Amino acid sequence: MNLEWMAWTPVTAGFFITIALILIGMTIWEIKSPCVARRGLLPLITTRGDRLFIGLLGSAYIHLSWVGLTDFPLWIATVISVCFLTALMRWG
Amino acid sequence: MSKWENNRAWFFILPVFVIVAFSAIIPLMTVVNYSVQDIFGPGQRFFVGLEWFREVLLDTRLHDALWRQLTFSGLVLLIEMPLGVAIALTMPKKGWASSLCLVILALPLLIPWNVIGTIWIIFTRPDIGLMGSLINSAGISFDHTANAFDAWTTLMLMEVWHWTPLVVLLAFAGLRAIPEAYYQAAKIDGASPWAIFRYIQLPKMRGVLTIALLLRFMDSFLIYAEPFVLTGGGPGNATTFLSIYLVKIAVGQFDLGPAAAFSLIYFLIILLFCWLFYQALQAVEGGEKS
Repeated sequence: MNLEWMAWTPVTAGFFITIALILIGMTIWEIKSPCVARRGLLPLITTRGDRLFIGLLGSAYIHLSWVGLTDFPLWIATVISVCFLTALMRWG
Repeated sequence: MSKWENNRAWFFILPVFVIVAFSAIIPLMTVVNYSVQDIFGPGQRFFVGLEWFREVLLDTRLHDALWRQLTFSGLVLLIEMPLGVAIALTMPKKGWASSLCLVILALPLLIPWNVIGTIWIIFTRPDIGLMGSLINSAGISFDHTANAFDAWTTLMLMEVWHWTPLVVLLAFAGLRAIPEAYYQAAKIDGASPWAIFRYIQLPKMRGVLTIALLLRFMDSFLIYAEPFVLTGGGPGNATTFLSIYLVKIAVGQFDLGPAAAFSLIYFLIILLFCWLFYQALQAVEGGEKS
């Protein structure tokens, strides 16, 4: 099957593989230890999946703000996003 | 045994998964791939990182289009929501008159979106259009192709005419679901029409009105066909909304990289609003249950 039209690059392939691995990991985690919705630092009751969604959406906005507002290297935004996502999953 | 049967049910969602993969996930992946490359043609592409995102985020025309879009959606909601509720309140509640009103109101919803634009082009033409010629014969110069205010007025009128019926239908359904006992209790208490609306009808319509708000915001935020047919984004850029500007970049200029980056930013904005509205809806439903 010719996938040239999809114009894959190693970076985007890595990005989607990471997302897929996160989703598979979350599914296995859910099967092994079903999640209970709770209220943490966020002002709403969330499940693990909700917190992941909020974390990923927030990370996308962190990266966009970084690209649009600063000239600093992008890896700093990635580090901030990973910290944000981890904190949200743990205490959100 | 029952566990196996439950798990087997997952296979039944496979067709949906395949359809979604081909209609949404694979195109989305392709857009992400395009957004980080400069594409000249088949096999001729170069990785540029997030350069297109930076270009698009710093593009003042995109900022203008975003503000225009938000203004348009805000105005549409400010007009359509109260108007829709007001019409639903004044409609006949029962009998043939009620059915007739519902059928007439639903008519604009059945017309294809590009046809709506064409209807309003003809309707507002200064020479042969009923509205355009009437306004001009009253001594007021009206031309939606030359004047930005006229173009906005026409667009707003068209949008309100097209979509207020949806709010009416939802509000009417909400009103019909209120048990008669509430009105009888209000009558015994001697409640005024305003008190009945404020303390009975409005709280009971909260759920359907939130759904109406969601639908109308999302539809108006994604609007393309009607303004494209009616004004083409003009005069100048006066009615160039996000979708029209995106199509100009993608199809008009054939800048696939910036268009892909723009699409992803547009997608993220919509995703954020969808999530916020979904949370609002959940909060409303939670409030109704408690």
